[in-house]
Amino acid sequence: MSELTLTVMRLGFLAVLWLFVIVAVQVIRSDLFGTRVTQRGSRRDAGRAQQAQRQAPPQQRQQPTGGRARRNAPTKLVVTEGTLTGTTVALQSQTITLGRAHDSTIVLDDDYASSRHARIYPDRDGQWIVEDLGSTNGTYLDRTRLTTPTPIPLGAPIRIGKTVIELRK
Amino acid sequence: MSSTTNPSTQHTSTIGSIGTPSRRNTELGLLVFAVVIPVFAYANVGLAINDEVPAGLLSYGLGLGLLAGVGHLVVRKFAPYADPLLLPLATLLNGLGLVAIWRLDQSELLQDIGQAGTAAPRQLLYTAMGIALFIVVLIFLKDHRALQRYTYISMVGALFLLLLPLVPGLGQNIYGAKIWISVAGFSIQPGEFAKIVLAVFFAGYLMVKRDALALASRRFMGLYLPRGRDLGPILVVWAMSILILVFETDLGTSLLFFGMFVIMLYVATERTSWIVFGLLMSAVGAVGVASFEPHIQQRVDAWLDPMREYTLSRQGVGGHSEQAMQALWAFGSGGTLGTGWGQGHSELIRFAANSDFILATFGEELGLAGVMALLLLYALIVERGVRTALAARDPFGKLLAIGLSGAFALQVFVVAGGVMGLIPLTGMTMPFLAYGGSSVIANWALIGILLRISDTARRPAPSPAPNPDAEMTQVVRPS
Repeated sequence: MSELTLTVMRLGFLAVLWLFVIVAVQVIRSDLFGTRVTQRGSRRDAGRAQQAQRQAPPQQRQQPTGGRARRNAPTKLVVTEGTLTGTTVALQSQTITLGRAHDSTIVLDDDYASSRHARIYPDRDGQWIVEDLGSTNGTYLDRTRLTTPTPIPLGAPIRIGKTVIELRK
Repeated sequence: MSSTTNPSTQHTSTIGSIGTPSRRNTELGLLVFAVVIPVFAYANVGLAINDEVPAGLLSYGLGLGLLAGVGHLVVRKFAPYADPLLLPLATLLNGLGLVAIWRLDQSELLQDIGQAGTAAPRQLLYTAMGIALFIVVLIFLKDHRALQRYTYISMVGALFLLLLPLVPGLGQNIYGAKIWISVAGFSIQPGEFAKIVLAVFFAGYLMVKRDALALASRRFMGLYLPRGRDLGPILVVWAMSILILVFETDLGTSLLFFGMFVIMLYVATERTSWIVFGLLMSAVGAVGVASFEPHIQQRVDAWLDPMREYTLSRQGVGGHSEQAMQALWAFGSGGTLGTGWGQGHSELIRFAANSDFILATFGEELGLAGVMALLLLYALIVERGVRTALAARDPFGKLLAIGLSGAFALQVFVVAGGVMGLIPLTGMTMPFLAYGGSSVIANWALIGILLRISDTARRPAPSPAPNPDAEMTQVVRPS
């Protein structure tokens, strides 16, 4: 075998080996660049920020929302006021519970919230409903205190104590 | 301490990609690539040594392709959401190992001293057995959490496996290390399997004990000192690895087990103090044993001054290891781009050229560029393992995945570091590359378990079952 052929094969093999490595890295590039980091809002002080971090819900995993055909369907729940400001939770046809209890989806660190305060769930048509769970201080949709499960319009503020959340696309 | 109040969510943070696709087709594409590269290398070796394309090219390529294809189909059927990279990476490393072993088989020097000749077909057989075990793991291990039930059985099993080589009549002392047992004509290294079983035990144990280990501690000089009784398990594992070191004179295995335990302890408790303790204890243990155990002492001497050992050994006046120096020469003569497949002389490292020292062959024939690529392939396997641990939803799966990938990483470090002269040489095998049945089979099983965990982790959560009561009482229906 001529020297030239062998040299070409030698360099060619290294090139192919590195090509494999590069292709493999391309496959997982979403690991390197694609993770979405939620920016939290401005924090009043470090202690509060830490609390908010601890209580950020673990269920931020985002999953396919299962072919919901409705347009204008909300895809996430955003906390706009209170200690958890900036927290978002993906809506994935699962009930979201709010309250001070540790097993709540969103653990509220709020003196005015009950341990099981309210829940948000989709009905059969995919319309999201908010329901007060017999809380002491009540759940407000805009300015009205809830007495029955009520559909949530997109962007309408839901108030629980000092916390305000809304649904967004 | 902010983490005390909410233990239920403490270690369950998850990262998942958005709209996780199964990515099986990506895996298939990479797998084809991973089979083509070793076939190319095989042809290259034949052309360089014998001036012709080797006769076995078709059967060899088809054999590797068939094994990889069967593995892929099983993953497609039984673990559809598993990680797309692990199988191709393992296949590529295994294939390159086969080529290097076959290349050393061609060397007349090694054939004459009985170190090679028919190693490649045997290694292909071991690979087939490894992939068979991989398939068995994927089919029968439906959920990795089933392993959690066998926490303490695993402990007993691991100790049993580790002690097997010491049983008289069963254990074999090969070149100073008692890590083999001989069953029906086969030499088996139980330590390779003990690695996996021990990871199961550590994961199950630490999952239960991690709160006690993490929280009940006093702060002293910036370190969290654990309580005496919580220190118990780490002392037991430490003593165990020292005993392995003393009675089996196996530096690598004891380092691997202790290191794996410290890694898992750190991940479970998030306490840096464990790493400090672990490093201190392994340093004390290694130095202590090295000071009176002659076999270890020789290894350290060969590491500190390989040239002196080489010269002494050549002159026949003492000196125990020529290989450490020979391996360095192999790397050196390879240079940046290597000599090319089949054109190096790594067979001059006569003994264990195709097992412990196989990395020297790669270093000589593929050069720095090739070895870097190989190390990156290993790093990618470890990265996928750690990623699996991050994505896993249950603490047991997290710990098991981190333990297995940590052990894999440590093994690569210990072997590569030993061959390259960074640390004293230990008798371990490069996963997938080196000749040796136990290693290949055990590492395929390890990849199988990692794939199972990643399949569970990446699988989309099932939609919640509708609660009939809630519908009756709480939904407002237009009548």
